[in-house]
Amino acid sequence: MSVLLQDQNYETFEINLGPQHPATHGVLRVILTMDGEYIYKAEPVLGYIHRMHEKMGESKTWLQFMPNTARMDYLHALAYNHGYVLTVERAAGIEVPERAEYLRVITVELNRIASHLLWFGAFVLDLGGFTPLLYAFDDREHILDILESVTGARLTFSYFRFGGVYNDIDDDFAPATLAFIKRLRSRMPMYHDLVTKNIILMKRLKEIGPISKEMARRYGATGPVLRGSGVNYDIRKNEPYSVYPEFDFDVPVYTECDSMARYMVRMDEMEQSMRIIEQALAKLPEGETIVKKAPKIIKAPAGDYYAAVEAARGTFGVRVVSDGTNSPYRLKLRSPTYSNLSLFGEVAKGMLLPDALALMGSLDLVIPEIDR
Amino acid sequence: MSNYFGEIFGGFQSLLVGLGITIKAFFDPVVTLQYPHESLKMTPRFRGHIELVGDDETGESKCIVCGMCQRNCPTGCITMAGEKPEGAKKKVLTSYVLNFTTCSLCGICVESCKFGAIAFSKDYNLASTNKNDFIFDLKKRLGEKS
Amino acid sequence: MSLLQSEPIRVLAFLVGIIAFAALNAAYLVWLERKEAGHMQRRIGPKEVGPFGLLQPIVDGIKLMSKQLFLPKGCDPILFMIAPLMVMVPAIMSFVTIPFSETLVARDINIGLLMIFAFASINVLGLLLGGWGSGNKYAIIAAARTVSQNVAYEIPMLITVIGVVMVYGTLNLNEIVIQQAGGFWHWNVLNLKASLLMPVMFIIFFICTLAETNRAPFDMAEAESELIAGIYTEYPGMGFGVFFMGEYANILIGCALTVILFLGGWQSPFGETFVPGVIWFLLKLYAIVFTVIWIRWTYPRTTFYGLLNLSWKILIPISLVNLILTAAMLKVF
Repeated sequence: MSVLLQDQNYETFEINLGPQHPATHGVLRVILTMDGEYIYKAEPVLGYIHRMHEKMGESKTWLQFMPNTARMDYLHALAYNHGYVLTVERAAGIEVPERAEYLRVITVELNRIASHLLWFGAFVLDLGGFTPLLYAFDDREHILDILESVTGARLTFSYFRFGGVYNDIDDDFAPATLAFIKRLRSRMPMYHDLVTKNIILMKRLKEIGPISKEMARRYGATGPVLRGSGVNYDIRKNEPYSVYPEFDFDVPVYTECDSMARYMVRMDEMEQSMRIIEQALAKLPEGETIVKKAPKIIKAPAGDYYAAVEAARGTFGVRVVSDGTNSPYRLKLRSPTYSNLSLFGEVAKGMLLPDALALMGSLDLVIPEIDR
Repeated sequence: MSNYFGEIFGGFQSLLVGLGITIKAFFDPVVTLQYPHESLKMTPRFRGHIELVGDDETGESKCIVCGMCQRNCPTGCITMAGEKPEGAKKKVLTSYVLNFTTCSLCGICVESCKFGAIAFSKDYNLASTNKNDFIFDLKKRLGEKS
Repeated sequence: MSLLQSEPIRVLAFLVGIIAFAALNAAYLVWLERKEAGHMQRRIGPKEVGPFGLLQPIVDGIKLMSKQLFLPKGCDPILFMIAPLMVMVPAIMSFVTIPFSETLVARDINIGLLMIFAFASINVLGLLLGGWGSGNKYAIIAAARTVSQNVAYEIPMLITVIGVVMVYGTLNLNEIVIQQAGGFWHWNVLNLKASLLMPVMFIIFFICTLAETNRAPFDMAEAESELIAGIYTEYPGMGFGVFFMGEYANILIGCALTVILFLGGWQSPFGETFVPGVIWFLLKLYAIVFTVIWIRWTYPRTTFYGLLNLSWKILIPISLVNLILTAAMLKVF
């Protein structure tokens, strides 16, 4: 913190980072009170893309809300589908066939890799390197092609249904996925050589934006942000759902607490996701992909239900209160980046502007998900 | 001191490695598709906007005007009407309008139809400066197709 | 014939030639940059306008010229309008002393090197005034960064140049090139007789050139993900265009200086003379320009304190050591 600011009469100025700014990737606005290039105070302003998803849920039927979930975190849409579907299945007591569970896990993990790849590119773009973005997009495109061949869409997949998935995979899916995994494995060393080991990037990330374990917990941060602060917490391991307990995978945890740690967590997670996909494809059971007697009109018995999934950015929780009708009485969505962004104001205090933007990039913000 | 020089050499080497990667990519073939000149074929499961499916023999719509798609649509973008002609057993579709400006391409309508009367089209080059171009009269489209 | 050789005509011809060279290069370096970046990112780059997109810079120029020139609210109109010229004019002026070949030099003056550095410093002033005059907070931050950057790169750059000048004993650029005659092992970059650290000096000088021309990884003054477009944020149409031309002219000057001081200027790498010197000079020049662009599309951006750290902890000590070494070796041998 600048010494000059101890003096109450010292002059500061404000700049608006956003709502349109190249580094905020969306319509996030942060009011920065600056002392030269030092940030004296950072105040995120939300609500520019608030679309009342929770209220919309109350006026739609259970099924009709499904497309909305993909539009919150458009980068990891399938995890959001998964969270909602899990909750409703828990509420209505629908059993899911095993094959469907496996397909859900495979597609969610593929989507997680796509999300991390996009984050990787956008993060390096925030730091001024343009080329890695296009390399990452090149790889991501392969995932989108695979997912499109199954789900029919490239971004807002809406692939899951209550009691299973929308349609079965075709014969090309498994070979294409394995080929992609092989390709990405061969490309990862290139990413590490080009970006991770680059001295300029290291200087910009190491010891920048420290988030202590205690602070991460206080703000309710989850996902890679929490794991970069040395807390081993992953819903897939801690409160297992779907068929995750059947797979052997690690949860990358780094104790450095800086931007580099968060970066490394995500890079390592891609490898773990690939491991999960490989195991799931090897074990994929035969059978139906959606329960035969899946009710056309869902009616959940009155009660209060909650389920959470591990999305690319952290814990996504859905809580529904049902009054027994064909639409939720109350729908509460717990989105991870909302908590992760709350950190920003405290951590950015006293940082330089370029470092604060590196910190913001390492939080991996998706604005429509913050505002919901 | 060795730390100081170690960092300089290590850093310099990492920079050279980076340069090596980009220059290799410089001579690698281009991977992009020159879109307006070439375009991809959509996958069979591509979810475009919906269209009515005609009966194989008569070419008339298979729709029996049950209204499930209209009721299930999350955004209410389907408007349909039918009437029962005198002497006929089933209702006959008279109009089926899709307001594509609010459609979210979720596909719930196609799933809720038990009669296979609607399907996804493969159109994706949809662009216009006029909003009214996206109010699709699907019945008329079906007539034009057959 | 005597009329053509008369001084006013010669000066006029060179003036036109230099401006044409600078403007054409500014336009086509943008094309080169986009094309090179495209292929490094495994795409094509401009291809629609003309063959290989070769007419793209012209179309871009027409677009910039056809834009309305307006003054943003709260700007200082005089500074705002003058700033682009203060970047462009010194850059073009510096071409006057650049020897393209032994005879193809507008003004073969004795203090050519000094003149180029003098003009290069005005460039910073232009950027500062532009940022200040814009009345935009992002632009002011960028202007402050430019000046702090200036402190970082000018010192090691000048120390390196002092070493070179000590070796050749002249500030005349043509003289410096002539002394590097006779094959690439005589070029200054391999002049190990004068100083064992010459290749390192070349790298230091090149890094400083990157910083001077505001190129990545030292483009903090126009860091688009932090400061929108930095100093250029408020500039419309040709105001931006002139800045842009000035910037590319500066890159050319920086690269030309690198070629002259370290890579033997217009000398042939094998000592033969049947290929005109100007061809060798341009080849070397564009090889360096290519490297500059290549670097831009490879690395992320540093921060200005990163540059200051680099400069004060690494570049300045090493260049000082080299200066002493050069002086000692000159004295001994």
